[in-house]
Amino acid sequence: MNKLSSHALVLLTLFMIMPLLGQGQCKQFAKQVCKNELTPYIHNGNYNAAILTEGETAEMYKTFYSRQNYRLYICESSAMPRIHFQVLDINRNVLYDNKKNGYKMKWDFMPESSQQLIISLEVEDGENDSDGDPISGCVAIMIGIKQNGNDSSP
Amino acid sequence: MNIRFSLFLAALTVLFIIVSPGCKKGSEKADEKRSEEAVTVDSIDQQLVKDVKAVKEMFYSMPSPLEVAMILKDAGETYNQELLNPLNHTTRYVTTKSQALNLGIYTTDLSYSSLYDQTQTTIDYINAAKKMAEGLGIMHAIDNSTIQRLEANVNNRDVILDIISETILTSSSFFKENERDAISTIVLIGGWIEGLYIATNLVQDSPTQEDIHSNELIARIADQKLALNTIMKLQEKNEANKHLDQVVTDIQELEKIYDQIKIETSRAVPVKDTSTQVTTLKSETSITMTPEIYKQLKEKIDVIRTKFIS
Repeated sequence: MNKLSSHALVLLTLFMIMPLLGQGQCKQFAKQVCKNELTPYIHNGNYNAAILTEGETAEMYKTFYSRQNYRLYICESSAMPRIHFQVLDINRNVLYDNKKNGYKMKWDFMPESSQQLIISLEVEDGENDSDGDPISGCVAIMIGIKQNGNDSSP
Repeated sequence: MNIRFSLFLAALTVLFIIVSPGCKKGSEKADEKRSEEAVTVDSIDQQLVKDVKAVKEMFYSMPSPLEVAMILKDAGETYNQELLNPLNHTTRYVTTKSQALNLGIYTTDLSYSSLYDQTQTTIDYINAAKKMAEGLGIMHAIDNSTIQRLEANVNNRDVILDIISETILTSSSFFKENERDAISTIVLIGGWIEGLYIATNLVQDSPTQEDIHSNELIARIADQKLALNTIMKLQEKNEANKHLDQVVTDIQELEKIYDQIKIETSRAVPVKDTSTQVTTLKSETSITMTPEIYKQLKEKIDVIRTKFIS
């Protein structure tokens, strides 16, 4: 292989793995930063994170079970613009809107009935970075659960 | 830089745009085009434009094995070790599908045993889950340090649950990172079926209509109808994965029985407790299920679970 081809191969490899590096960073971010914010709730273990750019939206559909205590935490990497999120029922009626609650990123709740809810979020438009490019970063939707009081260990 | 090399770089950049996994798929491009067209013609209804804009990421989240076990525990049921998938079965699982299913099954088993402070069983089952994870190529999901940490905290349930949560997160993120989402879904289906198997076997034999109305665990079993919709969405998202298709075929048999169960839920009203800052979503549910439907459900779950652990 000549010198030109080997340079090209290195560059091509770098280009190909760049999106995966982003995912890897997102995974470490979810594990090392976001998970701790759920305490005293325990993370359910499911990984729901993605690289989003300002103006982009994401939705999560999840069933929440009757009389379970949940903490929803939307976690974003620093320097990202604000995130507006809503929790909707299956008919898209709004049950919670963080914009009306000072853009809080955590919401603790307990459904009386099991039901599917939609978590809908949008990275708001912010100031672009110094090059004028839109800002991108990792956004994770973290679900924490807490055991109820009953303890019937044998 | 010489011209030939510059041209080569330009060609590579074009190639990268075509093959990059981060590039948008055809349907997404079409959505964007539709969105752009909408922007040029609308100028009247901004809300419409917003609705047309495609959602960048859609997540469909099934209950994790830890969540399934917590639901069982909170329904007030007791512990029965005989219901767990035997440890000596680990050598049976040599295919990707069986390892993924049984990673989910053993993870539900270890979550269930940990919630009842069955520490030795928890350690034994995390070793079983480790074997499944290694078979799937996730060498670091459960390593020796994880097991040592577990052994050092046998009397601290919160730490144990945190370790289990971390192992689930490591494996689910590994599959996402490596574009093996279908395998992640199979793991969750395995864990979910194990939870249903344990739940249906903890309910007394032949429950009456009155039991069906009053038993908390039966209500949670019926609630799992809601998870079926998520499974079908996950299958659509991972279309043409033969392992997942085979597993979903079994689940579709279960869906036929669940279709006979009627669940009606009133619109939820959020009420916030200002002292605890917890919002209760107030609503009422009625579940219509006959003892015969419950019997069919239990039998089908037994059949699917037997198939999964064979």
